[in-house]
Amino acid sequence: MTLLLQFLFSGLTTGTVYALVGIGFNIVYNSTSIINLAQGEFVVIGGLMMWFFLEGMQLPFAVSLSLTLLTAAVVGLLMERLTIKPLLKKGDLLLMIMVTIAISILIRGILMFKFGKDPYTYPPFTEGEPINFYGAVITQQTLWVIGITALCIVLLYLFFNKTMTGRAMRACSLDVKAARLMGINVSNIVMLSFIISAIIGAIGGIAITPISLMEYDKGAMLSVKGFCAAIMGGLGRSRGAVAGGFTLGILESLTAGYIHSGFKDAVALLIMLFILFVKPAGIFGKAEIVRLRKF
Amino acid sequence: MTKGNAIAVLLLGILVILFPQLTTDNYILTIAIFIGINALVAIGLTILMGYAGQISLGQAGFYGIGAYISAILSLYLGLPVLLSMIIAIAIASITAVVLAIPSLRLKGHYLAVATLGFGEIIHIILHEWGPGGPSGFGDIPPLSIFGYILHSTLEYFYLIWLCIIVIMIFSLNLINSMTGKALRAIHDSEIASLTLGINITKLKIKVFVLSAVYAALAGALYAHYVTFLSPSGFSLFYSVLVLMMVVIGGISNIWGGIAGALIITILPEVLRGFKEFDILVYGMILTLSLLFMRKGIVPLIIETYKRWISK
Amino acid sequence: MKVMGKFFLIFLILLATTTLISTNSYSKEPYKIGAIFSVTGPASFLGEPEKNTVLMLVEQINKAGGINGRPLEVIIEDSKSDETQAVLAAKKLLEKDKVLAIIGPSTTGESMALVPIMTQAQTPLISAAAGANITQPVKERYWIFKTAQYDTSAVEAIYNYMKKQGIKKVGIITITTGFGDAGRKALIEMAPKFGISIVADERYGPKDTDMTTQLTKIKAAGAQAVINWSVGPGQVIVTKNWHALKMGIPLYQSHGWGSKKNLELAGKAAEGVIAPLGRLVVWDKLPDKHPQKALLKKYVTDYEARYKSEPGTFGGHAYDALMMVVEALKNVGPDKKKIRDYIETKIKKWPGTGGIFNMSPTDHCGLDASAFEMVIVKNGDWEILK
Repeated sequence: MTLLLQFLFSGLTTGTVYALVGIGFNIVYNSTSIINLAQGEFVVIGGLMMWFFLEGMQLPFAVSLSLTLLTAAVVGLLMERLTIKPLLKKGDLLLMIMVTIAISILIRGILMFKFGKDPYTYPPFTEGEPINFYGAVITQQTLWVIGITALCIVLLYLFFNKTMTGRAMRACSLDVKAARLMGINVSNIVMLSFIISAIIGAIGGIAITPISLMEYDKGAMLSVKGFCAAIMGGLGRSRGAVAGGFTLGILESLTAGYIHSGFKDAVALLIMLFILFVKPAGIFGKAEIVRLRKF
Repeated sequence: MTKGNAIAVLLLGILVILFPQLTTDNYILTIAIFIGINALVAIGLTILMGYAGQISLGQAGFYGIGAYISAILSLYLGLPVLLSMIIAIAIASITAVVLAIPSLRLKGHYLAVATLGFGEIIHIILHEWGPGGPSGFGDIPPLSIFGYILHSTLEYFYLIWLCIIVIMIFSLNLINSMTGKALRAIHDSEIASLTLGINITKLKIKVFVLSAVYAALAGALYAHYVTFLSPSGFSLFYSVLVLMMVVIGGISNIWGGIAGALIITILPEVLRGFKEFDILVYGMILTLSLLFMRKGIVPLIIETYKRWISK
Repeated sequence: MKVMGKFFLIFLILLATTTLISTNSYSKEPYKIGAIFSVTGPASFLGEPEKNTVLMLVEQINKAGGINGRPLEVIIEDSKSDETQAVLAAKKLLEKDKVLAIIGPSTTGESMALVPIMTQAQTPLISAAAGANITQPVKERYWIFKTAQYDTSAVEAIYNYMKKQGIKKVGIITITTGFGDAGRKALIEMAPKFGISIVADERYGPKDTDMTTQLTKIKAAGAQAVINWSVGPGQVIVTKNWHALKMGIPLYQSHGWGSKKNLELAGKAAEGVIAPLGRLVVWDKLPDKHPQKALLKKYVTDYEARYKSEPGTFGGHAYDALMMVVEALKNVGPDKKKIRDYIETKIKKWPGTGGIFNMSPTDHCGLDASAFEMVIVKNGDWEILK
């Protein structure tokens, strides 16, 4: 029982990050149909920039946090305005996806140039002993990570359902042409989606760095895992990405715990393939909302 | 094959024969060999993407199957290298069929995801069960054809580029034939080709298998040329690299695969001078070329040439 | 305009002097050596200090008048931690630059990929990687040497110490890279010799973020100690998880643990971690008469002054490789075969950064378990265990 509980906690820790990356994927996907493979890089930007402001420049926590989120937002904005916007009119999805890969290489290059190849970390948000829960142990930072993820989900829900802008974004994801006819500025919506997904990614990076450290080339792995999470939950469904992220994290942890740690990634991928072939709409998706998008 | 393509193949053939006369530098020949190996994989993906409208993020998986199986059969079971290569390619194509049947029912992003998952699983299998695990294994026998063992860089250069010429002739004929026209139709409009009575899924599977065969052949050639294998060269990174070759070279023309392989393989060599900055410069060049040469190099050259002619 | 003219004049003078200086010191043809390191890519933690070390040493050697009055030129290539790139780099160095010997590459896989090329080119390779099969079987590795200690030596040092502590059951956790895999094989293979049984054998990927699950399993399997074999962020994450879980059993790390950076990153979680480390990291705690002390002191202080970071064990492998070639060049001149013969037969009781080398026709590494000290982390610093 203690073992299982410990495996679940471990799975939750990794799963939250996958979930945050997955949500980022979905926000961009919904407004543009692009798979933004630079999504993982925003997590790295979050962790490294937070270190830079907090430890490097010795700024107070709240200031560092705001500056880090601002940096991520600016990177997201620049990425959209400079590379995606000029291509969006042509509507060549494949080209845009390749551009996101090129951008991720570029971001990695800049980060390596600035931070070198060493990993970085800073103290957890609250100092203190790990919490013992029926024999299983959970660190305070893990609770922070889970709490912050939950907060993000709630805020995103409110944003997409209660605000005008959020509703406009949802309208775009349903039908771009109709949205444009309704007077929605689609170009701004796309830009906004990149900014939001960049901030979400950076939040994940800020929260996870005290647990798992951060180095310049961690982004690619996070992109792949987050993408798998988005697929498992059904592409385009933000709540699906959360479920997918947790499922993926827990699956990995259970495989490592009960089968073998060498196969944890393989088993998670096999289950993803299985879901894909049997239920392409994701675990919780309804078949009819799978939109057939072609490259 | 159209007249233009026939001339292009002929020119390529002459270039391949003349190239070693121009340089005796083994380093440049080695680069040319790696360009050739990458080009084989890229040509397969170009046909898949440009003519069947499908994306694969798992070419490294087939590349790895070709390399590992051929190496294992010849090293541990003592099979002749040529036979090992053929078995390896056969296994890769069977794998492709098994993967294609469920994936090609799905459209768009989903095939990319399925192949991505497949490639990563192969990568993990090589890690866990491949000889030598993550450290890899060496002493793989060099290529031998009916008892003649290839030793020099020059011999490998000729062999690999001969393979490319044969494959180009085969592929160009395929595209030009009925199947090719049907494939084009799929890329342009699936519904239209359905109404024409073309069995789309079957065609897509065929092309997917073809791309797997090319990748496996490239992998086997790599294994027997370098004589050392480790899983690191067969990861998602390689699949993405091949995708980049195809997009930079231009998906609408099969020559794009070769052009893209040429550029992406040479780029890091040229950037050696930049030392630490090379990843930065590399990212810059990729981004800019995607932004400003949207159709890829080969279509761009052809367009410019046509415009120049019509003047 | 006047200002511009002045600048131009200064520029000309500078140009003239630099040309004069450079023609002076390069009046003689330099000795060319190649170096291939994983400066970028996943193994950059190895390649970075190796490259820096070589740059620094070459400058020092040339400042002191070069080798036998001829300058030394080392052409450094980045293999990007990739075998294909290593092969290309080696071909370039051999064909284009016509080097006398190559030092590196940084990883076992890349070194293995170069074995056939170097053998064919009849040029010595002094690898900075650890894998035993780089230099074994020696008969087929005529031209190949290495300066990194064997993984088995590090394992031997750990097991010797454990035997003294009465530890009989261990759980191992290794990273799924060449480094971790080689360590895992050595750990499993050598355990019976020391009466140790491995009760759990766990693994994790190089970019994994949490290893709690694996450690929990090790604890549940009844291990008396955990051994982690990895380099990079993984070893810090394992240390943090081990600390958070309060496992109650000691944590051992591989010889890759020897970087102050790890202590900084892991903070108080690192207290009590034990590892077999080369003397490079604990040089200041060695007795003054130790044959390695003087050269370690100079190397480490010079490196830290220049790069504001520590060389680590891995930078030392490049130091040893380059200095062996330099010494051979000094004694036998620019002849590939003679360089090879010199390294094989004359490198005896030769103090390097990695240990005291004893090369021979049957051993192209020349180091054993005595190259390591068992070191524990105390109050954020290293302490040699007796």
